[in-house]
Amino acid sequence: MLEIFTQIANGVAYTLLGLDPQTSFGVAVHFFVKSTTTIFTLLVVMIYVIALIRASLNVERVRAFLAGRNRVVGYFFGSTFGAMTPFCSCSSVPVFIGFTSARIPIGVTMAFLITSPMINEVAVVVLWGLLGWQFTLIYILVGFAVGMLAGAFLDAIQAQRYLQPFLAEAYAKGQAPEGDVTQRESMTLKDRHLFARTETLDILGRVWKWVFIGVGLGALLYGFVPDGWVESHLGGGQWWQVPAAVLLGIPLYTNITGVVPVMESLILQGLPIGTTMAFCMSTVAASFPEFVLLKQVMQWRLLLMVFLILLVAFTLAGWILNLAGPLFTLNL
Amino acid sequence: MKDIKVLGIGCARCTDTADLIQRTINEMGAQAHVAKDTRPEALVEHNVMSTPAVVIDGKVVHSGSMPKADQVRSWLSD
Repeated sequence: MLEIFTQIANGVAYTLLGLDPQTSFGVAVHFFVKSTTTIFTLLVVMIYVIALIRASLNVERVRAFLAGRNRVVGYFFGSTFGAMTPFCSCSSVPVFIGFTSARIPIGVTMAFLITSPMINEVAVVVLWGLLGWQFTLIYILVGFAVGMLAGAFLDAIQAQRYLQPFLAEAYAKGQAPEGDVTQRESMTLKDRHLFARTETLDILGRVWKWVFIGVGLGALLYGFVPDGWVESHLGGGQWWQVPAAVLLGIPLYTNITGVVPVMESLILQGLPIGTTMAFCMSTVAASFPEFVLLKQVMQWRLLLMVFLILLVAFTLAGWILNLAGPLFTLNL
Repeated sequence: MKDIKVLGIGCARCTDTADLIQRTINEMGAQAHVAKDTRPEALVEHNVMSTPAVVIDGKVVHSGSMPKADQVRSWLSD
């Protein structure tokens, strides 16, 4: 189904523009056209469809659902909910506050918060479109594992002690999750369509520039870094490359849409899958703007802990995947 | 004089919501004052989980999206 984008790129780069597929420039332009058309088409279709379904998802109901669960089940559903919600941390923080003040265990809330930026419909769409379903599945599994294990650890050390005082107090009081603010009446198909349209435009408005930046970088890497360079310098999977990739990813602030085309390019050039994944997750999940927002609800100590947990988790995941890497064949 | 607050931790839609309400107040010449409240504590106080949320005289009237223009007009004309 996605071959059509390769054909479009052939048409634009080689026929219309008359570029030579043997040249770096030709290859880069081809990569750029193919990736941008794939991503934008998938984004529009999938965000719209998922938003239609998600239109009636109501955070108050989710909170009531989570409040009654035991912890292990809770970590799983916390992560699941994180995966289902879109990726703006300015909407994660109010949910974080709402969960905490309803006395949902801190670990469950953290599983939600950590999984949320890593997994969402946009991530799945872009990964699937560019890197295939196997990579997407591995990515989702790793994202869930990181979120749930981090949640379990933070519960074990009673991390609620390190929330900001106003929130720790609200957690201790544990007001019952009632007082549903706006009764949302059941939605008609037209309402759902309007919601989905707004959502699609909104998300596109936020990510389009990342797509161009990411694909542009990916195209440059793909076209101009000499064949074999990445493979011979970084392809060996030496142990220190994974933590190095994680550290490199921290100051780079982008969202998943921007980083996947770069990953595609790196994998095509022979960078091991675990190193690539570690870099991607670190870029997406551990960013400074995100941490500035979280500072409003957490003390430095907890923030630092979350940060370190993420770095360790991404490094471990990268190592494991590099070891298991030869088992996967990616259908690129 | 209505006291209107827009709750939200500095998201783009919260700013848009406050602007929309201010514009509508000006258009209608309504007796109301609108301000943003970006404190996270405010979300606990009003038990709000999705932003932007609109609070009029201490009561939450809307949350989770940008309100529509005629919604805002109906709040102001009550």
